[in-house]
Amino acid sequence: MRSEARVPVSLREQEGGWLRAAFETVRREWLIAFRNRQDLINPLVFFVLIVSLFPLGVSPEPEFLRQAGPGIIWVAALLSILLSLNLLFRNDYADGHLEQWVLSPQPLALLALARVAAVWVTTVLPLVLLVPVLGVMLHLTPAIGLVLVLTLLAGTPVLVLVGAIGAALTVSLRGSGVLLVLIMTPFYVPVLIFGTGAVTAAVEGASIIGHLALLGAMLSLAVVLAPLAIAGALRISVSNG
Amino acid sequence: MTSTLLEARKIHCERDDRPLFSGLDLRVSGGELWRIAGPNGAGKTTLLRILAGLNPAFEGELLWQGEPVHRVRTQYQANLLFLGHNAGVSPSLTAYENLAGWQAMRTPAVPEQVMAALSDAGLAGYEDLLAAQLSAGQQRRVALARLYLSSAPLWILDEAFTAVDREAVSQLEALLANRVHAGGAVILTTHHRLELEGVQALTLGEGHDAV
Repeated sequence: MRSEARVPVSLREQEGGWLRAAFETVRREWLIAFRNRQDLINPLVFFVLIVSLFPLGVSPEPEFLRQAGPGIIWVAALLSILLSLNLLFRNDYADGHLEQWVLSPQPLALLALARVAAVWVTTVLPLVLLVPVLGVMLHLTPAIGLVLVLTLLAGTPVLVLVGAIGAALTVSLRGSGVLLVLIMTPFYVPVLIFGTGAVTAAVEGASIIGHLALLGAMLSLAVVLAPLAIAGALRISVSNG
Repeated sequence: MTSTLLEARKIHCERDDRPLFSGLDLRVSGGELWRIAGPNGAGKTTLLRILAGLNPAFEGELLWQGEPVHRVRTQYQANLLFLGHNAGVSPSLTAYENLAGWQAMRTPAVPEQVMAALSDAGLAGYEDLLAAQLSAGQQRRVALARLYLSSAPLWILDEAFTAVDREAVSQLEALLANRVHAGGAVILTTHHRLELEGVQALTLGEGHDAV
């Protein structure tokens, strides 16, 4: 090892570069996700299996599937997000990266938002993209399939953002998987209700604007407030280390 | 840079209802090397985490250049390098990606500098191997390579020398000595015998704990 530093000692006044740091956070998340592709496939397989087992388990009647289909897809998406939350910060906590992340001279809430956005793209977006295919299997009409995709696009980011608060709070606890699921489920119910509500309204020929507006309101609130809560929760978890 | 960088006043910290230390005062200025000593469980790591601003569960004041750390947090963190027990080297990234990523969170990462820092840390030829494929000592070196890229006036190093070989330890000591000579401040814990001059020691587990 060399015994001379390459960079001289210097006192920094104000550190900028939050955009670069946010970009780096996303890049790192995607790189690790790409290296551990099998971890991404698990929730996806889980999602497809639930949806495709329902017709076998309950009834393959097109009439029944058309009615129950959107609900099945929403519940399956919610469950696969819920079950993957536990891993959100787990590895980063274990190898100490979380500590360095919290200590980086950048607004932590902003980094948290970038992180959650990156996670949504790698784990939830593929799932939403599969919905049109699954919709055909459940005899949904293209119009209903489109509404379903819209509600999922507005609703799943809320699930991930809110879930990340719980994941950040419980990351330092051992065996927190069940606890996290129990904590988060009540918060997921409103999103589920309005998500499936929009699709039901579309099936009955009513306007979906109201439901979508409420989902949009939840999304805006979550985008603004959840990162602050995630950052606070991460600081608490890191201080326990 | 001889002014006081970090000052801790009357730090009191308890763990599981047992006081670890109380009334602890520490003034760290540029050009000083502090060694926190004490037996296992004396609270060395806890103290370092308090000083790094990671652990808010203490009473007392922590000042960075005279301002409370929680009020100038971003500025403090821009001037601090903290290496903990787990230094945040991700096993699914290469040595280069780990170091460049760490750097990019702070200042723009220049590929040539990152490569040079890795070779300084004795990792020439290992830059593109996944950290999972490196030995424990080499993974530690990936973390230690940050020292070559850091301009931070304050380094807090928790058990910095674990897992690296004897030769690397003596070179690290020289690095720290040069750093202190150049006006940087270093606070560290180690179970190695430091072959350095001018080390100021703070021993936990005696005196402070008037239980």
